[in-house]
Amino acid sequence: MIFSARGLAKRYGRVNALGGVDLEVDAGELVGLLGPNGAGKSTLVKIAVGLVRPSSGSAVVCGSPAGSAAARASLGYLAELFRFPGWYSADELLALHQRLAHSSGGAAERTGLLELVGLADARDKRVEAMSKGMQQRLGIAQALVGSPKLLFLDEPTSALDPAGRRTVRRLLERLKSQGVSVLLNSHLLSEVELVCDRVVILLDGKVVAQGAPSELSQPRGVEIETDEGVRLFETAGREDVPQLVERLVGEGRRVYGVRLLTSTLEDVYLEYVGEEAA
Amino acid sequence: MSDGLAIVGYALRESVRKRMFHVVIVLTAGFIGLFWLGTNELFQELDTITPPEGIDARTLVGATVLGLGMFGTLFLGTVLAVFLTLSAVRGDAERGLLQPLVVRPLGRGTFLGARFAGAAAVCSLYVTAVYATIAAIVHVEGDWSPDRIVTPGLELALAVSILAGLSLLGSVFLSSTANGVAVFMVFGAGLVAGLLGQIGEALDSETLRGIAHDASWILPFEALYQDALHRLTADTTGFTGFVLQLGPFGGAQAGGGSLLPWVAAYLALLAAAALAGFARKDL
Repeated sequence: MIFSARGLAKRYGRVNALGGVDLEVDAGELVGLLGPNGAGKSTLVKIAVGLVRPSSGSAVVCGSPAGSAAARASLGYLAELFRFPGWYSADELLALHQRLAHSSGGAAERTGLLELVGLADARDKRVEAMSKGMQQRLGIAQALVGSPKLLFLDEPTSALDPAGRRTVRRLLERLKSQGVSVLLNSHLLSEVELVCDRVVILLDGKVVAQGAPSELSQPRGVEIETDEGVRLFETAGREDVPQLVERLVGEGRRVYGVRLLTSTLEDVYLEYVGEEAA
Repeated sequence: MSDGLAIVGYALRESVRKRMFHVVIVLTAGFIGLFWLGTNELFQELDTITPPEGIDARTLVGATVLGLGMFGTLFLGTVLAVFLTLSAVRGDAERGLLQPLVVRPLGRGTFLGARFAGAAAVCSLYVTAVYATIAAIVHVEGDWSPDRIVTPGLELALAVSILAGLSLLGSVFLSSTANGVAVFMVFGAGLVAGLLGQIGEALDSETLRGIAHDASWILPFEALYQDALHRLTADTTGFTGFVLQLGPFGGAQAGGGSLLPWVAAYLALLAAAALAGFARKDL
């Protein structure tokens, strides 16, 4: 277990931001954290990285209590709202974080990270001259300084264009193959569905659902394309397909295609949090 | 240690990159220019000045103009100290600058200590350089030097370091604007304490002197400033010494042997309060 939270709760005055969350992330696992605004996603991540103190419960990062120096030494973090000093170049900023993370990677690590996020040509470019998307890529590179075992990414693609999102998706897949664990907080459900092994849905500070995207999705019927058009069999499942096709052929229809319908992660998400909260 | 030095370097670089630093440099150039002009005029008219009997005109003019210059130096140093530190914690956290740094293994105490060291180094260097410049101007234009030349400059540097510490402490709890206003009000309170002491001396009021004394110890940057003024004419005795004690913008008062230990304790208290607040702060 690379990260675990037990009964994690946080109150801000009268506001209950987290109401006793249990969560585990295994080594090499990519977990998506979903939920509407105010569900407690960022608070959970901030407790894990030591920025916020829990009101009760505990969290452990790589065997050390969350917030301890040892825990912080083994993680990388990209905040939802972050800013880097404008006068730093990309290379200088990464060098600063190398010193703070006690990384001995030197210039080779910086070069590798900048290439990884597609900023190899912007090595000497100052942050103040970068677009928001470039700064977000630099933020991801910064989170990867020191080869952390666990990565907390809070909305890492919010400022990225489709090409940038694809870069991040590939990066996440690569990190996963290297055994790095990632807790990804994102509103982009399609993205989470594509890359995450497991998703956790938070609502009002509590976990309301969790599991692999395929486990959470529900069958939504079978769609069969015939010479009369597309017919939907809402209550049918995979096992019913041969009988349905046989019946249609028996009725003299020509069958061109069969599609099993399942709910998307978005459907599942909306089911749990409700249209209004979403 | 390496973490701390990295943050000191970060703070130093931030200091010289901030627009405010450039504004202070321009203001300083203006201040030194005017000071030079004024000092030149005053010493040229020295022969026309008829001081009361028993007062040395050159000492009176030299100590007064240098004391005035020291007040200007302290004020500019305070502006610099406040603007370098007013948003170091809460302000930077609200802008998202702080979080990427403090999630690194360095402790929050190291971070605060390094931010203080960076700000205090810049402000101390600045104040020492300006003080040395105005002391040199007074020497060149009036052929007058203070009785103690090094210590007053160091005390001014220590005074702005205390103000940087106060501002850093305020930045843990207050938003940038509120902190800036609060620290300048504290600075103003110190100034008022000095003026009260001056009035107390002139009126021979023990109560006013007592209030000024207590206030300057509650705000020891003021006590350091008064002690620095006192050292300008530490060896001057008689009526000249008495008149100079009234000094501009706060009377010259010897701090005594307990001033520096108290300043060290005061800085330690500021550090403890800032650390306690920062350690409990949710970012």
